[in-house]
Amino acid sequence: MASNFSGRLAAGPSGGRDGLRLAWLASLRFKGAMRGSSSDADPSDAEPGGPDRELLADIRLVANDRDRTAFARLHMYYAPRVKSYLRRIGSPDDVAEDLVQEVMIAVWRRAHQFDPARAALSTWVYTIARNKRIDAFRRESHPDVDLTDPSMEPPPAPRGDVQVEAAVVKEGIRRAIEHLPPEQADLLRIFYFEDKTHSAIADELGLPLGTVKSRLRLAVARLRGLLEGVA
Amino acid sequence: MMSERITVDDLLLAHAAGRLPEPVGLVVATHLALAPAQRRVFREYEALGGALLEDLPPAELGEGALERLLDQLDDSIELAEPPPDGELPAPLRAYVKGSLADLPWRHFGGVSEARLPLDDSTYRTSLIRLKAGRAVPRHTHGGQELTVVLDGAFHDGIGAYTVGDIAIADPHVDHQPQALGDEDCLCLAVTDAPLRLTGRFSRFLNPFLRF
Repeated sequence: MASNFSGRLAAGPSGGRDGLRLAWLASLRFKGAMRGSSSDADPSDAEPGGPDRELLADIRLVANDRDRTAFARLHMYYAPRVKSYLRRIGSPDDVAEDLVQEVMIAVWRRAHQFDPARAALSTWVYTIARNKRIDAFRRESHPDVDLTDPSMEPPPAPRGDVQVEAAVVKEGIRRAIEHLPPEQADLLRIFYFEDKTHSAIADELGLPLGTVKSRLRLAVARLRGLLEGVA
Repeated sequence: MMSERITVDDLLLAHAAGRLPEPVGLVVATHLALAPAQRRVFREYEALGGALLEDLPPAELGEGALERLLDQLDDSIELAEPPPDGELPAPLRAYVKGSLADLPWRHFGGVSEARLPLDDSTYRTSLIRLKAGRAVPRHTHGGQELTVVLDGAFHDGIGAYTVGDIAIADPHVDHQPQALGDEDCLCLAVTDAPLRLTGRFSRFLNPFLRF
């Protein structure tokens, strides 16, 4: 288990013990790789309570104990995915690399704000990455304005609403996506992850614009139907 | 050529996907701030983003990315700022500093408009105040007009809209929004093309609505 290990390292991996630190990083890399491959091989690992539960424990360790080992594990899982998102949405490699750092620093600094009743951890990280990218884009288009877009700050959690655990909803969605016709799932990925207008998407897919819009709505309606089947 | 009408649900999905230009995002964020029931749907769309993120093929990070990151970590934390009290919903307060009354209002009859400082050549973003019972000049649109009600209510002959509702008008809509009841109606409106006035005073009124 990682907890003893992390207790030791939380004291601070600095102090010139590079050998120890590199061995530590290497062991994390190995675990990160294992996690990636096992979730591909074994769908049961994707249950809330699989990697989600571990990562959830890690974000708590970061929030409560400023635990760097737990943070490194979060980095192992999320940083390559966030980078993949940023690359796909059009950021050049060096920009994506810098934004990943910004996203992960925000994860470190805001860990105490993460509320599992409001969002699954992946959802929370996604929203941070999405907002950082928008901020970066706006910095570029008007560099004189220092604006962290308040319109993208999440509104407070609904009150008195029936709270289905957010991670369960996210996991339901993830599974439902697998049951969509491939062209609908692909369209959702394009919509979320590619910086293209509806028209450009239509051109790329060789479809009329109206078909793209209706297919997108169909995909969402279908997801909703599948989710209701789950819940 | 019939283009399909945009719905509020389309806007929520696009906002969750981070696809909306700033003024349109502001309309949707204001809507979410005022219409709590919509937040559940919005969070589902964000969760869709989270689920898709998990399944992205991990990209390779630059050499030493984690080490560089660890070197930057300190003990600082970012506090979630409690939204300061104000006359306006939180998302709007970044654009409206100080009091509503201090905005550069331009008045025309029962209608007042104050442009918001969203520097964008494509969109016109304004607060619009309709005096109780008064109407905006009859007009159609070259493009989309999104209006979210901040206070009071209005109807436009097609529907009635109250606090938090978004009215979506596109080139097919020829309408004349009018404040409902005996209260003024305050709205945030974003248009992406000049309005075309269709009433008989249009020549006279056009300077007010010109871009």
